[in-house]
Amino acid sequence: MTTTTLAVLVPLLPFLGAATGLLLGRTAPGYVRPLAILPTLAAAVIAVVVAARQGGGPAIDASTRLTPTGSVPIDLALHLDGFAVLVAVLVGLVATCVQIYSTAYLRHDPRYPSYAALVSLFTSAMLLVVYSGDVMVLLVGWEVMGICSYFLVGHYWETPEARAASLKAFLVTKLGDVPFLIGLFALAADTGTFRITGILGAVANGGLDHPTLIALLLLAGVAGKSAQFPLHTWLPDAMAGPTPVSALIHAATMVAAGIYFVARLLPVFAESGAALVVLAVMAAVTMIGSGLAALAQDDIKRVLAYSTIGQLGYMSGALAVGDRGAAVFHLLSHGAFKAVLFLAAGVVIHAAGTNSLTAMSRMGGLARRIPDAYWTMTVALLALAAIPPFAGFFSKEAILVAAEHTALGERHVAPAAAGWTVLVAGLLAAVLTAAYATRLWLLAFRGRGAEAPDHGRQPAAMTTVLWVLAIPTIGFGLTVGVITDWFDGHSLTPSVTTAVLSTGVGLVGGLVTYGAWHHTMALAARTPAGAVVAHPEAEPALIEAEAMTHHTAGYGDAPGTPDPADPGRLLLGPLHRHAATGFHLDALYATLFVRPVQAAASLVRFLDREVVDTYVRGSGTGARWLGTAVRRAQTGNVQTYLSALLAGSLVLAIAAVVFANVNAGS
Amino acid sequence: MHLAYPAVLAALLFCTGLYGVLARRNAILVLMSVELMLNAVNLNLVAFDVWLRDALHSGQALTLFTIAIAAAEIGIGLAIVLAVHRNRGSSDVDRLRDTAETDAAESLPGDEDDTTGTEDQATAPAGKAKKAEATA
Repeated sequence: MTTTTLAVLVPLLPFLGAATGLLLGRTAPGYVRPLAILPTLAAAVIAVVVAARQGGGPAIDASTRLTPTGSVPIDLALHLDGFAVLVAVLVGLVATCVQIYSTAYLRHDPRYPSYAALVSLFTSAMLLVVYSGDVMVLLVGWEVMGICSYFLVGHYWETPEARAASLKAFLVTKLGDVPFLIGLFALAADTGTFRITGILGAVANGGLDHPTLIALLLLAGVAGKSAQFPLHTWLPDAMAGPTPVSALIHAATMVAAGIYFVARLLPVFAESGAALVVLAVMAAVTMIGSGLAALAQDDIKRVLAYSTIGQLGYMSGALAVGDRGAAVFHLLSHGAFKAVLFLAAGVVIHAAGTNSLTAMSRMGGLARRIPDAYWTMTVALLALAAIPPFAGFFSKEAILVAAEHTALGERHVAPAAAGWTVLVAGLLAAVLTAAYATRLWLLAFRGRGAEAPDHGRQPAAMTTVLWVLAIPTIGFGLTVGVITDWFDGHSLTPSVTTAVLSTGVGLVGGLVTYGAWHHTMALAARTPAGAVVAHPEAEPALIEAEAMTHHTAGYGDAPGTPDPADPGRLLLGPLHRHAATGFHLDALYATLFVRPVQAAASLVRFLDREVVDTYVRGSGTGARWLGTAVRRAQTGNVQTYLSALLAGSLVLAIAAVVFANVNAGS
Repeated sequence: MHLAYPAVLAALLFCTGLYGVLARRNAILVLMSVELMLNAVNLNLVAFDVWLRDALHSGQALTLFTIAIAAAEIGIGLAIVLAVHRNRGSSDVDRLRDTAETDAAESLPGDEDDTTGTEDQATAPAGKAKKAEATA
């Protein structure tokens, strides 16, 4: 089979798996698991084959005309360059791991068939985004992901948190998607094509008339999808979904799509220096704000969610300095270690019976209960904190090097201001990243207190995939010399200055956190906070759902728990209160947007119920009254009727005579 | 003889009949008034037939038809009056008001057809009871 045929199969297989799974889910429950895993696995294998065949060479393009629209045609096109094939491999790998993990995690869930089918559909949509060579077809995958995230985040729709979170995820990303669509149309209007190759060719020839406007419109959609400030608020709340879904959304699909899209169309953005500076500021605010917020969260998954936002900020930063190689490199390594972190967090929540770090810090020996999760999570946290030689170090270095070169004027793709913004914010965020990674590790695995409850061994399906994903987490960075062919042939090796600087600040962040933890540990014994699991033998997903439901009652609301033993509280000082709530952005949005919209909705409701309906009801009442009046004439006395008949005939006769005379006279 | 005499006489007869139809309460008297009106018409037909000197005498022929039909009509009418009188003990036109629209009749649900035969008529609403009486 040709590479093109294979590439078509990659998004198609999970899609067929999803369709069959949805159709057969009820009638043939035995086929649900194979239907969930096998197509995704096959897609992953084929993606590897496609990547090997493409081999970082020139981009492979194939297309067939989908719709002759009369103006700008829409093509079913493939555009396979080094970025596309590598990201597809990551998506396939993570999706396969998530599917395998889910078979154990949601093993007794009654809605597992639809869940697995939606995960497959999600994967297929992301693969479509990755391979598509036509932005309209890309948009289809983009929107399918939006609706899939709505369904999957709302998987536990019995809980109000999940319902609110899924709606929020959908609405916030849609808020970005509207300008995104307009941006795509503006782009097509300027370049006259939806094909990515065509767009890039037009940009190279200077065919773009409104680069800043288009870039800013597209950035709005990217900010929504990739959870960048100011549209990031949906991501921490999306933790109300099951853990494998979080892993999928955060590691490979959905949030990666925005970054990937900018990477594909980077020349369009590079046309406008203003857009790059906006992107750089957006990235800087995102990185630092999310780092501070992550340091204050209590829910283990919310820490990871804010960490994802921060790492996506790094990728946006790399794009802002015009280095898409570094951005996609970080996207890949982040995909690997963030998948490990989330899947391991699922194991931790299952074993501890709670998602609260406060409760875990009062629980001794959790690391001994779940050695697989402990070790893989340790490795992944080291990668997250960019400690050499793990994958995160190399990819973050590539970004900082690009930022440094831009700031010092050695690269001229982006303005120096963008370079400085990204560099400074990146180093600050490196401190914060190391700090919250250390805090997470210490609170989760170095707790002291009552022994963690023993639930027996974790299912093999859940622990094996952790090790599978730990391999790229450890080793992917070391391939940095080999894979440059895939990334525009642009060197991604770290430079000494930034390596020493970022590792140094990372170590400082980690050590300060350790010191603070050591200091506050003594306070922990005074405020006990234990976890009680209602159904210790139940499936992990149920335990997680219960933990989420009981979190507020047991430990305070999900973001901030009044725990004096929290090192984050000591480190952040007065900032902690604000950081815990994500710097009150949700409250601000509630005041600025949610309440006005609700007020407008109640006004519309009032107009509909009280004004429009009054007319409708009035016409009914009027006809009724008229009918009542007319009915009075219906006396039942035949003589009355006859009299009326006679009177009417007389009037008509007289009228006829009079008119005849009048007309005759005229 | 001048045409005015029979014409005025016919008009008077017709008006008397009209008054009787509209004002009398007894159904038999109403029927008699109808006859008066018919005869007024007959008188007109004959008078104008003579006045116009119609060779075919179509007016007189039509009068014969009218008389025959009026006889049949009065037969049916009297039979109806007789039946009403037997049922109700009265033949007052004023009291035969079953088709009157009343508020009670309006509030009834539209299921009169299947309940009239079985339901106890004393408990049924007034308008409905009257109707049942009329159809019995």
